[in-house]
Amino acid sequence: MSRVNVSLVVGGVLVGLVVASALLSFVWTPYDAVQVDPATRIAPPSAAHWLGTDTFGRDVVSMLLVGARTTLFVGVVAVGVAAVAGTPIGVLAAMGPQWLGELVMRTNDLVLAFPALLLAVMFGAVFGPSTLTAMVAIGIATIPSFARLARSGTMQVLATEYVLAARAAGRTRTAIATRHVLPNIAGLLLVQASVSFAIAVLAEAALSFLGFGTRPPTPSWGRMLQEAQQLIYSTPELALWPGLAIALAVLGFNLLGDGLRDRFDPRLVDHR
Amino acid sequence: MVLHLLRRTTVFVVSLVVASVAVFAFMTVLPGDPARVALGVNATEEAVAATRAEFGTDRPLVVQYADWVSGLPRGEFGRSYVTDADIGPQIVDRLLVTTWLVLSGMVVALIVALPLGIAAAVRHRTPSGALISGLSQVGVAVPSFIAGILLVTVFAVRLGWLPSGGWTPPAQDPVQFLRQLALPALALGLVQGAVLTRYVRSAVLDVLREDFLRTARAKGLTPTRALVRHGLRNAAIPVVTVLGLQLATLLIGAVVVERVFVIPGLGSLLLDGVANRDLLLVQGVVIVLVLAVLVVNFLVDVAYTVLDPRLRRAG
Repeated sequence: MSRVNVSLVVGGVLVGLVVASALLSFVWTPYDAVQVDPATRIAPPSAAHWLGTDTFGRDVVSMLLVGARTTLFVGVVAVGVAAVAGTPIGVLAAMGPQWLGELVMRTNDLVLAFPALLLAVMFGAVFGPSTLTAMVAIGIATIPSFARLARSGTMQVLATEYVLAARAAGRTRTAIATRHVLPNIAGLLLVQASVSFAIAVLAEAALSFLGFGTRPPTPSWGRMLQEAQQLIYSTPELALWPGLAIALAVLGFNLLGDGLRDRFDPRLVDHR
Repeated sequence: MVLHLLRRTTVFVVSLVVASVAVFAFMTVLPGDPARVALGVNATEEAVAATRAEFGTDRPLVVQYADWVSGLPRGEFGRSYVTDADIGPQIVDRLLVTTWLVLSGMVVALIVALPLGIAAAVRHRTPSGALISGLSQVGVAVPSFIAGILLVTVFAVRLGWLPSGGWTPPAQDPVQFLRQLALPALALGLVQGAVLTRYVRSAVLDVLREDFLRTARAKGLTPTRALVRHGLRNAAIPVVTVLGLQLATLLIGAVVVERVFVIPGLGSLLLDGVANRDLLLVQGVVIVLVLAVLVVNFLVDVAYTVLDPRLRRAG
């Protein structure tokens, strides 16, 4: 079995685990994830609480399952915003006049000077911290990656002979964009979506850790970590579970992106 | 090359101006009247007007922007609407702390990435090469604040070798400074090192496939000498680009790591500013961070031009 498939399989399994946890949390969790129970606070792992309870007596497994939902929600919206805005911008930049392409690329560079985290802190300062501001900020910060990729992908497609034939046959620009360009760059965009998802998961975790993401009492892995840090001297293992969840989710989306890239990027297939 | 540099400098200056307008518009225009925020909803119109005059926010926005932006090169960021403290000196003090953190993180990243990346490329068909690649993949997935918490758990809580946080200026106590810097620098640097390792590996792998390296070896150089004499310089070009981009990532990563290790840097100042709704302070820190990212990107571009012989001879 080649390395290509290993990335795809391991990434797929890890991402599948996160998705399954999130879906499962809608129908079942061992306990109510926001139920505070002072009687069982900071309980060690046991048959009743598989990974123990936190400082408020909430069940860690239940919080991790619901936290997966938060992570995926933020990721889907942020990457969705970035893909829906960034792809047409990139395609337009490639198909439109040269000055437009130049303008888009310079604007891209400028937006890149505002990393997701900084943008989210700015949004939090002005509009108040929330899941929504975090999602929008991460989304905006990710638009340049999609725009850049869509632009370079479109330029490659536009140089092919079948697009030349389509032009000669009198197809409109819109028809060429929707029937030839988009289907051909979809694979590349899927790769970018997976990699961006990993970045969104990281950014959400960091923001929640700083208190700029998901608000209490909604469980989120980043805030679980922040709460666990207060108890690092007494129960350091509490920080382990959300930390592991974040790292495995990021690893999963990164590997999935690598696996998909090997599948969709024809330049790489020849090397293997 | 001169033309290329001139063009890049123009783009850089325009970016600086547009970025400062964007930050000013976002932080000053959107949140509403700072005088009302400071005085609360029950304040009289006269009191609000007096506070506006005191803050200078009764002037046209263009004048306010010009006033703010012209102070930046002199390190003048205005006075806080909340604490009335001069913002400039606070930012300068904190920037120094964050610079220590970022540079030490970068040193750790380079120490990790250069040998590992080169080894992974040279041995890419062997198990040890695959192991390094796998480890770097895992390292990329661990954000620096999680790495920080793990390092604290092991080296501060379990082993008790190093302090779990805090900050001492180097001039005051160099030993304590280094002890407190060690874990945050490792937290930032190990993660960035993992990312960098992948780029070093792929850059060296690309160079290993080049014809000029085959020529060098055909001329009788050993594979190691050929790589050192001809390969690494060429592999350095993409690595320098990534290094610059990483410097920006490190700067933002430091914001979170400072929180983990209770370090009084720019990140802590930013977050405290947000918590106190001190928007002028937040605006100041944000513009410093954004300018730093733009300056680094510009310098990388210049370095790229100087390093790449094709660009150096052109124009």
